[in-house]
Amino acid sequence: MNAISWGAAEPHLPILLIVIPLLGSLLTTFIRRGAIAWFVTLIISLTLPLISITLLLQVLETGEPIIYDIGGWEAPFGIVYRVDQLSAFVLLVISLIGAVIMPFAARSVACEIPEPAQSWYYTMYLLCIAGLLGIVITNDAFNAFVFLEISSLSTYVLIAMGRNRRALLAAYQYLIMGTIGATMYIIGIGLLYVSTGTLNFDDMATRLPAAVADPGLRNATLTALGFVFVGLALKLALFPMHVWLPNAYAYAPSLATAFLAGTATKAAIYLFIRVGFSVFGVALTFESLPIPTILLALSIAGMFLASISAVFETDAKRMLAYSSVAQVGYITLGIALANQASMTGSLVHIANHAIMKTALFLALGAVFYRIGSVVYSDISGIGRKMPLTMGAFVVAGLGLIGIPGTSGFISKWYLSLGAIDDGLYSVVFMIVGSSLISVVYMGRITEVIWFREPSAAASEAKEAPLSMLLPLWLLAGATVYLGFDTRATVDVSAKATETLLGGIR
Amino acid sequence: MLDYITSLTQGMSSSELIMAALLIPAAAAFLIPVFFKIPNLREAVTLISATLLAICTWSLYPRVMAGEVPELKVWEVAPGLELAFKIEPLGMLFALIASTLWIVNSIYSIGYMRGNNEQRQTQFYVCFAIAISSTLALAFSANLFTLFLAYEILTFSTYPLVTHKGTPEAMKAGRVYMMLLVGTSMVLLLPAILITWGLTGTLDFAADGIIPGDGAEALPPIVIAGLLALFMFGIGKAAVMPIHFWLPAAMVAPTPVSALLHAVAVVKAGVFTVLKVVIYVFGIDTLSSTGANTWIVYLASFCVLMASIIAMNQDNLKARLAYSTVSQLAYIVLAAALASAASIAGGALHILMHAFAKITLFFCAGAIYVAHKKTEVSQLDGIGKQMPLTMIAFLIGTLSIIGLPPFGGTWSKWFLALGALDAGYQFAIAVFMISSLLNIAYLMPIVSRAFFRPLPGHPEDKPVPIAEAPTACLVAISITMLGCIALFFYADTAMDLIELIDLGNQPANAPASVDGASLPTGGTDGR
Repeated sequence: MNAISWGAAEPHLPILLIVIPLLGSLLTTFIRRGAIAWFVTLIISLTLPLISITLLLQVLETGEPIIYDIGGWEAPFGIVYRVDQLSAFVLLVISLIGAVIMPFAARSVACEIPEPAQSWYYTMYLLCIAGLLGIVITNDAFNAFVFLEISSLSTYVLIAMGRNRRALLAAYQYLIMGTIGATMYIIGIGLLYVSTGTLNFDDMATRLPAAVADPGLRNATLTALGFVFVGLALKLALFPMHVWLPNAYAYAPSLATAFLAGTATKAAIYLFIRVGFSVFGVALTFESLPIPTILLALSIAGMFLASISAVFETDAKRMLAYSSVAQVGYITLGIALANQASMTGSLVHIANHAIMKTALFLALGAVFYRIGSVVYSDISGIGRKMPLTMGAFVVAGLGLIGIPGTSGFISKWYLSLGAIDDGLYSVVFMIVGSSLISVVYMGRITEVIWFREPSAAASEAKEAPLSMLLPLWLLAGATVYLGFDTRATVDVSAKATETLLGGIR
Repeated sequence: MLDYITSLTQGMSSSELIMAALLIPAAAAFLIPVFFKIPNLREAVTLISATLLAICTWSLYPRVMAGEVPELKVWEVAPGLELAFKIEPLGMLFALIASTLWIVNSIYSIGYMRGNNEQRQTQFYVCFAIAISSTLALAFSANLFTLFLAYEILTFSTYPLVTHKGTPEAMKAGRVYMMLLVGTSMVLLLPAILITWGLTGTLDFAADGIIPGDGAEALPPIVIAGLLALFMFGIGKAAVMPIHFWLPAAMVAPTPVSALLHAVAVVKAGVFTVLKVVIYVFGIDTLSSTGANTWIVYLASFCVLMASIIAMNQDNLKARLAYSTVSQLAYIVLAAALASAASIAGGALHILMHAFAKITLFFCAGAIYVAHKKTEVSQLDGIGKQMPLTMIAFLIGTLSIIGLPPFGGTWSKWFLALGALDAGYQFAIAVFMISSLLNIAYLMPIVSRAFFRPLPGHPEDKPVPIAEAPTACLVAISITMLGCIALFFYADTAMDLIELIDLGNQPANAPASVDGASLPTGGTDGR
């Protein structure tokens, strides 16, 4: 079944997935030339999806999770990595996005980051990827916190390296918010450690029912759930805890935005699902606290209000950032409904949204590379000068709207089915209603880039170079492809959902 | 002729023909930009693919008449979401109309676009080809998912056509067009499809309909009526009031696009979808027995009359024609709502008859614009003397719309009225008749103005020089004009096809009434 032979390294793939980028980041700090650092990063980024695919295929074949004991120390004593369908799926999404955008990075980074800092930039990028992958692969609550911080700290740096001076402020904002979120998460984990005496997710899951039943520990345990919920909600930019996101995405360098938009919130969502479903279990998470109601309300509020903000935005990157908040709302909506169809929809949308949002930001990155701005007044009429770039932008945008024949439609279909299964017909109309707003904001920018007279900057522009167009069209093509062939997304998501909901309902 | 066409494709299986019918226009969309520097070759691509497409559809026709149900299952996108095509008689009829008119429209487009020196002609022909491909996919769709997919592609591919001129006015029209069509399809049609799936677990079209109206799992009539409302307003392309604004707004587009919208594809796709949903999702039995259709009968009747009245007050020729279309589409929606065998036959036939009549009228409006840059009805005094052929064609199109013999429109009105009688809605007959009078009131003055008033600024005693539109336009106009006449004599060919539509288990008297009213003309050889 395995397409790639790893030889003796085969049993160590889970740890290699983290160690390779970690060591790579160390290596790039010693490199002075940006181009060489880029090449090292490229090689590493291309290795990671191969490992992820191998892991995913293994898990799908055996149906059993892969358990990796670090240093040979078994579960209660050592840290354990665990790869099941869900984590393998998210690992693949993150590592694929990381790999696809690397060809794009060469010119984009060379243009936006001054030479001495370029290798630092790649260092931070590799650290960030290692952190995100670590969040997903680890089965240890504290280890997850460590990786959360690794990815966050490197993200702050990545954002602060933006050319615009406001990038510093945006990074600082995110630093404050992100730290609050991480603190809340660690407080929650601390409380859980007190009540269960373990940090291993599996052990926690088996001991939690007893802890909740114990009147002395019940409140501490439920408080822990509340802390973890809010802390991660901040990280995944759940409305109204999203305020850090638009500025961070808008002022970060193009490559960082594209990467973070596709992956960063997704890792936090993964952790949220892991703690909520695998550790606490659906019954406990959803019946002891009014989490589903709150989550549902905030998701819907995000879907509408963030989309409306996107309509009135005149900076293309900020517009897409608001759209991201709305799209995260879709994902959390499916989690809140917590049935087979809706969870499948959420997981599918993790992949689909990662792909199309990265494509959209890459297209803007290409525009930025050519004309140095993505404000509407500067990019008007650019479609005629960069038809291939902007064509991909429109294709990915159609996916965002959820037109049938694109992957976005599949996500919406399952989310809506989930709402129908719960008898929540009004939610169906809210899902389609908010995607109508996305028609407005995508329609607006489409009109600007295709139908207005070219601005002074745009009329000078040339089509983006091939190294930028290739990744862009790969992702835009995937948006359409995944709207027709859903074996890779829906089938895996459905299996992961069965495992998550299995035995509880 | 038909024998010759079928002999060309003898070796192809029906699934291959479906595939070819979908791929030929799609391939044209790729080939047209290749020749963007050589306009003659570029237009040749359009004409050749239009001809090939027509060969495909016309060679499917005898197979469908022989009782075959050509199918093509492409791919199961996700469980329950299947990309599949199946040709039933109604879809066959629509595909024949669209593919045949594409040839005529292409000839006309060449004359019009060149005559007007329009910009971005390559983009125009590409979008046109994509629109035709999605129309064929819509006509052949075997389930609601495939239909919805094609429906949305049709909207998006026609948007650049509507905004073709790029003026602020065109952009505004484009926004209205997008928001109304995409908006209704997303917010109403998609939930309707989702709920249908939730209630029945299938999206496949079936002869009896898939919504249970009686038996153990019957749904309450109010639910059926509500779902029907979602579908009716969700199918914005059918331009049921109040979702009709996009159609008059879209008249800013070049005339060949208006012809595409009004006759070949877009609105026809809308009413086709309405018929398809009524017959194959609800089942006309279910609708008439539960009474879930009653409210639409009244709404559609209102639309028929109201749109005609609005049309009378329009001075812009294309706007007047647009409101006329809104009214004529409501005929078909009304026919679907009446839910009797004869009314369905009338509705299907009206798709055909209205297509030919309305495309003639729009071609004439475009010809007037190309030749004299006149757009308002009040400017048309005496134009019949300058453009005799165009205005005679306009007269014939008008008479067919009104429903006078010997023009095609006669038959569809006949069956529509018969259907109203069958369904027990006598007042609907009155609606059809009053509407015919209103048709006369808003269309005939244009003709009389053109022929009987003097040409302003021209001495009355001197002969007026002929100044017609480019030849390509005139050829197209002549073809559709003759089509309006021919359809009167050969309507039975279409009726034979329509009678094959499987309406499920009907009460015995209903089909009899269709047979009893079979056409008196003897011409069986319409090929």
